[in-house]
Amino acid sequence: MTVTVAGLVLASPVMVASGCAGTGRELAGYAPLSTYGAVVTRSITRDPRPGAQVPGIAETPAGLVHATGLPNPGLDGFLATELPWLLTEGARVVVSVVARELGEYAEVARRLATAPGVSAVEVNLAQPDAVAAGVLDVREPFHVGAAVSAVLRELPRGVPVLAKLRPDTVRVAEAVKVAADAGAAAVVLGGALPAALPDGRDAGLSGPAVRPLALRCVADARRALDAAGATCDVVASGGIVTPQDARAFLDLGAVAVQVGSALLHDPTTAARLATALSTPEVTP
Amino acid sequence: MTPVHVTAEVLASKRIGAHQHLTLVAPGVGERFRPGSFVAVSVGSAAERWHLARRAFWIHQVRPLGGYAATVTLVVEPRGPGSRWLAARQRGDTVEVTGPLGGRAFALPKEPVPVLLVGEGYAAAPLFTLAERLRERDCPVSLVLGAADEAHLLSALEARRIARSVTVVTGDGSVGARGTVPDVLPEALRRSGAAVVYAAGSTPTLHAAALAAEEHGAWSQVALEQQTTCGTGLCLGCPVPVVGEEGVARTARACVDGPVLRGDRVRWGDLR
Ligand SMILES: Cc1cc2nc3c(=O)[nH]c(=O)nc-3n(C[C@H](O)[C@H](O)[C@H](O)COP(=O)(O)OP(=O)(O)OC[C@H]3O[C@@H](n4cnc5c(N)ncnc54)[C@H](O)[C@@H]3O)c2cc1C
Ligand SMILES: Cc1cc2nc3c(=O)[nH]c(=O)nc-3n(C[C@H](O)[C@H](O)[C@H](O)COP(=O)(O)O)c2cc1C
Ligand code: FES
Repeated sequence: MTVTVAGLVLASPVMVASGCAGTGRELAGYAPLSTYGAVVTRSITRDPRPGAQVPGIAETPAGLVHATGLPNPGLDGFLATELPWLLTEGARVVVSVVARELGEYAEVARRLATAPGVSAVEVNLAQPDAVAAGVLDVREPFHVGAAVSAVLRELPRGVPVLAKLRPDTVRVAEAVKVAADAGAAAVVLGGALPAALPDGRDAGLSGPAVRPLALRCVADARRALDAAGATCDVVASGGIVTPQDARAFLDLGAVAVQVGSALLHDPTTAARLATALSTPEVTP
Repeated sequence: MTPVHVTAEVLASKRIGAHQHLTLVAPGVGERFRPGSFVAVSVGSAAERWHLARRAFWIHQVRPLGGYAATVTLVVEPRGPGSRWLAARQRGDTVEVTGPLGGRAFALPKEPVPVLLVGEGYAAAPLFTLAERLRERDCPVSLVLGAADEAHLLSALEARRIARSVTVVTGDGSVGARGTVPDVLPEALRRSGAAVVYAAGSTPTLHAAALAAEEHGAWSQVALEQQTTCGTGLCLGCPVPVVGEEGVARTARACVDGPVLRGDRVRWGDLR
């Protein structure tokens, strides 16, 4: 079942969400990476980051609270080793990026622009612990517009920008319109919900616990974009585990779904979902 | 050692002391295991997903049983919600497991050198298959087994079969000497003349084993139990501060760079 997302024709509407596939290698053992519509990388920063030095994931009913500190090898390391490997494995690669400020977003995008094999760039404007993690804290819709423009300006035509937004039900309509105006070909709703670890550290909440909220965000986003006559796609993320979950989002107008924390629970979730969605639903 | 994710069936469940020994039919897991590898278990039914984090368990034994070529036995100490749920599984119940996991299991010496195995409570589970592999290589095996009390001591009888010398120590003195594993380590090391110490237990015990080994000029291999949310390398949430090959500090992932690490590589002071 191919779908068109942000102008890209993908093999499946099921994408692997950012930060839930290790380097990609760890997931490849369970199903070929070409199974997924796309693999979104963990968010890559300009400079390497070691990530949190103390464990930063806790379990909460039907969810995970996490603050892993964006561990990644930095853009150079990613381009030299991880990206080529993902491509040889047949993955459709969407590179997630996050930066401290707009200039850094532009710099990262400029270097991605010349890297072969990047299908799209997902701008992570949803980091739930942005201040603690030291990245741009997207509080106002105009931040969304500015970051999307900064990245888009540097990319060649044909490499679309996906804007990943906070699942903020109050401001989602405004935020998606700004993202679409700035040229985002799709919005991803949403990232992890701002939360705190039991010890009080800033963190994000993910998993089935946030699904109803993500569903509301997707519905409101689609409505707002349609009302504004925007062609921007909506990609769903938040607590998606089963085919029924995925179909609920697709029925509300999402063109694709991302699977995140469910992979941490069962590394075959996204592959099984892709198979289930490729066969038509049996209606009793 | 490519792991698989399977729905395992409980073939047998037996209470021994404070532990529940659970034998699973988990096709593909036992066949690929090495001593020191583990499985990640989902808590609760697959449809429920109330507990998203997985619980790790050492692979204690792999053996043919009931017509299955490679059943996997885990030793579960019921403590919190996850381990209590697992320990309550009955014959015929199903459990979602992924394994064998771990990028590094116990490394075996190339020469037939004397070795000391150190295990505390349920964590001694991986040491029995390790001892067998070491004996196949003609390594003289000595063993220190410790626990809070007799009920939490793992298979002391079995231990005497596989090791030439066994030291038992319990917190309440119910069996063996009264004390802790670190108390008896220096003497056990001296007597065994071990060139390698293999340790599995609580972090303070692993640290003590690494230090004692270093003092005796021995290598150490420690099996860390850092909380593993996924166990598969996907979440990047199991940092272990280590000293890399080049002597520079870096952060390893417990589940894929471990769980067994060289004791002298771990930055114990920074470990949480
Ligand atoms: C490599 C390894 C091997 C192990 N082998 C064994 C073994 O052989 N036998 C044995 O009995 N135990 C073993 N353990 C410990 C085991 O995985 C569990 O931690 C233990 O059983 C306690 O879990 P629990 O759910 O029963 O309760 P608790 O420890 O009481 O859990 C308390 C709370 O901590 C949270 N939590 C627990 N685990 C996680 C996690 N992974 N990520 C985020 N939050 C979490 C949950 O919210 C839980 O409710 C091993 C651990 C590791 C890392
Ligand atoms: C451990 C972990 C790490 C994550 N890292 C990132 C990241 O680096 N960048 C990002 O945009 N989202 C990250 N996310 C958010 C997910 O991509 C996803 O949007 C969110 O968790 C909601 O979906 P889910 O309920 O399916 O997990 C992370 C989530 C988890 C659980
Ligand atoms: S436990 Fe998830 S990466 Fe190690």
